[in-house]
Amino acid sequence: MHDSHHDDHPDDDVAMRVRALEDLLVARGLVDRAAIDAFVDAYENRIGPRNGARVVARAWSDPGFRKRLLADAPRPIAELGLGGLQGEQLVVLENNDAVHNMVVCTLCSCYPWPVLGLPPVWYKSAPYRSRAVSDPRGVLREFGVEVPVDREVRIWDSSAEIRYMVLPQRPRGSDSLDEAALAALVTRDGMIGTALV
Amino acid sequence: MDGIHDMGGMHGFGPIEREKDEPPFHADWERRMLGISLAVPFVVPITDDHLRREVERIAPEPYLRMSYYERWLEAMVSLLEERGVADGSAAFGPAVAADAVPAAIAGGFPLRLPDKEGRAARFKPGQRVRGRNMHPDGHTRLPRYARGRVGTIETDLGVFGLPDANAAGRAPEPQHCYTVAFTLRELWGDSASAIDTLRLDLWDEYLEPA
Repeated sequence: MHDSHHDDHPDDDVAMRVRALEDLLVARGLVDRAAIDAFVDAYENRIGPRNGARVVARAWSDPGFRKRLLADAPRPIAELGLGGLQGEQLVVLENNDAVHNMVVCTLCSCYPWPVLGLPPVWYKSAPYRSRAVSDPRGVLREFGVEVPVDREVRIWDSSAEIRYMVLPQRPRGSDSLDEAALAALVTRDGMIGTALV
Repeated sequence: MDGIHDMGGMHGFGPIEREKDEPPFHADWERRMLGISLAVPFVVPITDDHLRREVERIAPEPYLRMSYYERWLEAMVSLLEERGVADGSAAFGPAVAADAVPAAIAGGFPLRLPDKEGRAARFKPGQRVRGRNMHPDGHTRLPRYARGRVGTIETDLGVFGLPDANAAGRAPEPQHCYTVAFTLRELWGDSASAIDTLRLDLWDEYLEPA
């Protein structure tokens, strides 16, 4: 389904060009194939939304952590061993009964990699990028989210060097859950702001 | 650049297609393209601003037809030609080693500069500002939909290099960047919700007093 946009460019043609580029860079001494493997392994197997879920669960469980997270996110997330590339300037946005935050990058694909990993295709797609800023409630309805009419929807268009992550509201009835159980409730879309948790 | 990439507010792109349990990559070449794109800037002077400029230069028709990593391929090839890598006229190196990758990811590329390196902030939180009516043909981060629109400075984020200058290869133009709050009504008119708002991070020179 996601491959519908490849219709005019067969994947194997692109694959061949990428292979040729890699071969050239290796021949020039600019790229080590094992380093490519290491980057891929990091973003395929270690850096993804489960990281952000740990941050959210900690914030739900520890008011001091939550306060520091909302004030200056990079420091407290570093305590969980997270941070770095595409999250050097990270800001966490708190959803509450007054405000529902939602993140987009209309110009391209800015996304908080250390906590959410690589963005999904829909986040980088024209339908989301075009409408999130002008019809956020319509977009949220497509995601099955109805935000109360008296609650502000606040859209963050990541146009500069700050990367944004949403801290969803803690679900009702989760008082007895420990951090690991709370983290299991947290979804990627909840941390983009296109889902409730 | 007033290109197809600047699509905030456009109509006609259809419903948002989501894939259940989407994997990080859909083909092996996407893996290689990601790895190449992350490894090369440690060796060849290529920044995200350069890559964004090249992605934005892709003409509208191919831009919309291409997948995301295909655009990265186009941008990277174009920059490597510009840097003299493709024809071997320039030498760079050595390549980042595999065992240096975890530290490279953890370190990242912090872009905030000391305040003293930038020109003095022209705006303060609470101040009303208007997005300038500007249409540079190179890379910029002032989306079309905010040009001519009035908002309020919410936060001074500190000093960052101006992407327009970085992308064009001009001397650095470090200046303050601000989170600016707009009402959706200001941006889209009376049919927009009266209580919904938007935040944009805008550099000092994208703004004028309102």
